[in-house]
This record gives sequence, C-alpha cells and structure tokens, in this order.
Amino acid sequence: MSKELIRLRDCVMSYGDEVVLDHINLYINDKEFLTLLGPSGCGKTTTLRIIGGFLSPTAGDVLFDGVRINDVPPHLRTVNTVFQRYALFPHLNVFENVAFGLRIPKADGSGRKVKLPEREIHERVMEMLEVVNLKGFEKRPVSALSGGQQQRVAIARALVNRPRVLLLDEPLGALDMRLRKDMQNELKRIQQEMEITFIYVTHDQEEALAMSDTVVVMDGGRIQQIGAPEDIYNEPKNAFVADFIGESNIIDGIMRADGVVEIFNRKFQCLDKGFAKDEPVDVVIRPEDVDIVDEAAGQLRGTVTSVTFKGVHYDTIVDFYGFKWLIQTTDYCPVDSRIGIKIDPDGIHVMKKSQYSGMFGDYSSYSEEYEELDVPEPEDGEERDSQEGGYED
Amino acid sequence: MRTKRAWFAFPYVVWMALFVVIPIVIMAVYAFTVTDPITNAAYATVENFTGMGVYLSVFLRSFWLALLATLVCLLIGYPVSYWMAKEGPRFQRVAMALIMLPMWMNFLLRTYSWMSILENNGLLNQLFQNIGVIDLHNSIGAWFTDLCNSIAIRFAEDPEKFIPTVYHPIRYFQLIGTPGAVVLGMVYNYLPFMILPIYSVIVKLDGSLVEAARDLGADGARVFSKVIFPLSLPGILSGVTMVFVPAVSTFAISQLLGGGTQMMLGDLIEAQFLGGAYDPHLGAAISMVMMVIVVVCMVVMNHFGEGEEQAVML
Repeated sequence: MSKELIRLRDCVMSYGDEVVLDHINLYINDKEFLTLLGPSGCGKTTTLRIIGGFLSPTAGDVLFDGVRINDVPPHLRTVNTVFQRYALFPHLNVFENVAFGLRIPKADGSGRKVKLPEREIHERVMEMLEVVNLKGFEKRPVSALSGGQQQRVAIARALVNRPRVLLLDEPLGALDMRLRKDMQNELKRIQQEMEITFIYVTHDQEEALAMSDTVVVMDGGRIQQIGAPEDIYNEPKNAFVADFIGESNIIDGIMRADGVVEIFNRKFQCLDKGFAKDEPVDVVIRPEDVDIVDEAAGQLRGTVTSVTFKGVHYDTIVDFYGFKWLIQTTDYCPVDSRIGIKIDPDGIHVMKKSQYSGMFGDYSSYSEEYEELDVPEPEDGEERDSQEGGYED
Repeated sequence: MRTKRAWFAFPYVVWMALFVVIPIVIMAVYAFTVTDPITNAAYATVENFTGMGVYLSVFLRSFWLALLATLVCLLIGYPVSYWMAKEGPRFQRVAMALIMLPMWMNFLLRTYSWMSILENNGLLNQLFQNIGVIDLHNSIGAWFTDLCNSIAIRFAEDPEKFIPTVYHPIRYFQLIGTPGAVVLGMVYNYLPFMILPIYSVIVKLDGSLVEAARDLGADGARVFSKVIFPLSLPGILSGVTMVFVPAVSTFAISQLLGGGTQMMLGDLIEAQFLGGAYDPHLGAAISMVMMVIVVVCMVVMNHFGEGEEQAVML
C-alpha cells in the first residue's frame, strides 16, 4: 500500500477558456482502491481519461512508476479501462470480447511481437470468467446478457490483460440499486484478490465510502479533499465536502477559543483547535450526532416542522431560530412539538470559511433536495470530456 | 384495434398487387409461352429458357462488368465514407451535398457527358493530343518496334528475307466502346449508393468501442480491422446490393459508353421488347433468369452478413 505508482503533477486541462481541470496534484499508491468523487462536470472523468491516455493534459505531467507518460498512447499503457456503458464489442461473443486484448501480439523482451498460444488465451479467459462468475456464458452474444452480466464481461475483458491499474468510469451507473450493492462487494473482492490498483470514478458518495481506501472529492476542476472514507466523512475540509458526503447541517459559527465554538449566540464544546480567536467558521453537525432531549434540558430549543419515517430512523426537520436542521433519530417527535437538543463535543466539526460557505447545509427546502438526490446523473453529454470521444487513431 | 390499423396498409397492398405481383405473374406467363408465328396462338413451353445458351456471353459480361463496377465502387466508396465520417459535421454536410449533386442531374445527360469526354476525338483525347501524350506514345512505340526489329534480325536465319514489323502510329486512345468505359460509367452513376449506406453505418459507430479497443492494446490498424471494419459490414452489404443490382441490369450506359460492342443483359432485354429482335417471350424469360440469379446472390450475401446485421441492432 505504500509504493507510489501514479502521480499527476500540476495537471491542467482546458478547452479554450473553459478550464476543466485546475492544477490537479494527486498520487496513487500501488494496490490502492482510489475513488474520484464529485458531481457531474467536476473533472473526475477527465482525470481518469488523462490516466488512461485518451486525453493529454494542457499542462502538467503524468508520471507512471516515475516515468513521464503524457505522450504514451492508450494502447501502450499498462492500464485498462471499464467504460461507463461497457463498450463491449457487439460483433463478438463473450469469450472473444474477453480475449480481445490477449489476441493482440505483444512485444517480448527482445522487442519482437509475439502472439500468445491459443491454449493460454483459452485458459486465461476461462479463469477470468470464473472470477466474475460468468462461467458457461462464453459462447453467448453480448447482446443476450443483462446489464450486470455485461458489466462483468467488461471487467473481465479489462482484467484479463493483468493491468497494473484498472480504471473504472461510473461502472455501476446503469445498474439497479440491488445489483449495484452486489457489484460493489464483487469489485472490492476482485480488487483484493487480484492485488491491483483500482481508480474508480463515481458521483455516488455511498459507493465511494463503501469501497475505497482513499477518496478524492472534486468540484469545479479542483480537488476539494483527499482522505480515507472515515476522514472525509468525519473531518470534511469545507462546506462542499460536508454537504456532498452524507447529510450535514452547516451553520455559521464563531470560534471563541480552542475547543469552544459559538452557534446562535450559545457556546458549544468541541474538539477543534488552531483557529484565530473570534474567527468566523462553518460548523458541521451530522444529523445522527444530535440527541433529542426535553425542551428544558436542551442546549438549543426548536419546533419540529416535518417528520419522515425512513425505516431505521425518522428524518426530523427542526426549526431553530429560523434555521432548519435535519436530525436523524429513533425517537418519534410529532410535528409542531417543542424539543431541545444536545450535541456532544465530538459531534461538532469546525471548518474554515470557503467559497462554498453559505451555499449548503440548510434544510428549508428539504423535500426538494431529496428529489434532487433521486434524479440519476445524466448518462452522457453532461460532462464535457465524455463528448470528446471520436474515433481518431 | 389491430384490424382497424391494418386498413392503413390497404393502398399499399393494392399498389403492390397492381404493379408488382401482377406484372411478375404476366412476366412468368410470357416466359413460359411462345406465340406461333403462323396461327398467332400461344402455347406453353420451356424453349425460351433452353434456347438462352446463345446469350451466355452476354450473361457473363453483365455479371462480370457489374461485379467490377461494384468492386471499384467499394474500393473508392469505403475510404471516402470512412474519411467523411471522421470529419466534422460541417465537412460532412458539404461532402454529402457534393456526392448528391450529380444525382440531381438527369442520368442520360450525365452519361452523354461521359461520351463526349471519352470519344475518339473527345475531350480526353484532345487533352492527350495537346499535352503530347499521344506523340509520346507513338515515339515510344516506334522506338520499341525498331528495337525489337534490330534484335530479331540478329537471330533471323536469313537476314535478307527478314520482314521488319511496321509500327502504325495511333491518332487517339480507344476509350469509348471498351469494357473500362462501361465500368467507369457505372461507377460514376452508382458510387453514391455505395457511399451513403457505408457512411451512415460508420458515422453511427460508437466511439467508445474504438476507445475500448485502443485501451486493450490495439493500434490504429488493428482497431480498424477488428472493430471498425467488422461493424461496418452491414453498410458494405447494403452498398454492394444497391450498386450491383442496378449495375447488372443497366442498359443505357453500356449502349452509350460501350459503343454497341459491350452488350449487357439490359440491352438484350430491351432489344426483345423494343428493338429489332422483337420477342417479348424471350425477353421475359431472360428477365426471370436474371431476377432469380440476383435474388440468389442477395440471399447468399445476407446470410453471410446476418451476424453483423444483429450487431448493428444493438
């Protein structure tokens, strides 16, 4: 997990005036599961395509094992890609799709092009079909497969070449919820079994948290935060990350001293240090970190404005002095009841002010926000980079 | 609901019956009968077919020239389609207009223009004359004949009696009245029918398939041979069909550019109905044979391309 494999150094990608990637600095370790996470248009797919060799950055370097590979074309990189909509070859059956890469003569040590013997191709394809649970499907045309099966063929087709790195571009986007969960586990298992680096692009934060060793949160062509899933969730760097990863109440606060933050003119204990005295800050409070108590015993008092049953818990919206919070609780509080809340010091996370301050974290328009979350990301055309694919040689 | 909607097809069904099914039936009746010249009575026979052997050369020439024209169309049409599909939409519009433009002009007019280009004292021969190609040809021919003569005379048993070959200088290149002229005329007229279907298949080809092939290690040539070409086969098949079928039955082109020496099936059939060799029974029989051969060709080809056809549906 420690050896560095890929490094992007000051990578810039721009089309005319439009800057798609703004000085990306990122390193990826060997055998790591790294996820590029962000809303559509954030530059995550562009980053992936730069690593895959389909795009060359306008400025900056791409290093692979310490060697600059900016100008190495995709077919000479030891990197394989699982494409967003699989891009399986419709004129070939499952076996031939998977065997496609193996059938291409490769230069051996002395630079001569050598073909793999048919027997070895057969062995490796069958072995890989077993890894992705598609044994017995090798003679089927790919058009006769379900989405999940096509997905697995795409993964097998990439992995059978034993790449150093596998790039996955929203590979689960077209699958339904249940299948997606299964495939998440499957992918994680394959990654650990094969011991190769996965670079995974998604806009689904749950997926990112569940699978990754490292999550890179991107927005507006910039990296907002890099860290382990726990760190990203518990210690978001700014309001964008806090809002994008999970649910967050983001409130304006003032740092009165180390470990003391003031919200709504009340002082709260917290664990954060190192801010200037009286510095304005953004305070993140996760909905599950709030305890509901009697109104009299609460640090803050408010009125319940809406309750939604979610199975495990209730999503309760509470109005505190005109600012609406989302609280996830197992206690049922009827609408219009007055309640008090308590927050433990470790439930409060203080962030520096950023360009995103004041944009997120208020649940006044709660229901609309939920609808927004349910809208699947447009399949294509949304991201600039996905339009760039012609078939230039 | 279903029966109601079926009525919409009625005009088409009537049309098909009147102008497709009935004519074919009439043609079959004609093909299997002859008219007695004296009594004028018609009786059934197969002698129209058995006597067709004398026209074997016309059959062979028709299919050979049509095949050549189709091949040339494919060899020109595929690269053009590929290149067009790779360019931007603006270029595509202009290229498409240029390809369609000649088709808006009358077919006979186009072929007559080729006549005036290819004639013995036509534009092309005049050009050759003016830039000295014909003189060059003649001087090389004369020089070569002399050379051959001087070599031959050394090996001649009796140099006294040796008769040197005489070189006859040409005044023009024979262009019109050759099989090449007929093929040229067909290629010129039918090329758009090759380009359009191939182009429309290639332009719709999913770019991510090309990327996937590159990603898996294929270089440009391999991407083409393993992905782009196999996926454009349906376009090639329909292009070949759309060129070959009219080419094999063409008649005006072979008459005008073949100078009467390149008789094809179309001309033969025309002669049976309108020309001097008036015999509609034989004409119908030839038409039927041609139709059967073409249908067989198409069935074989479509069977061959079936897998790819499905691939494009995907």
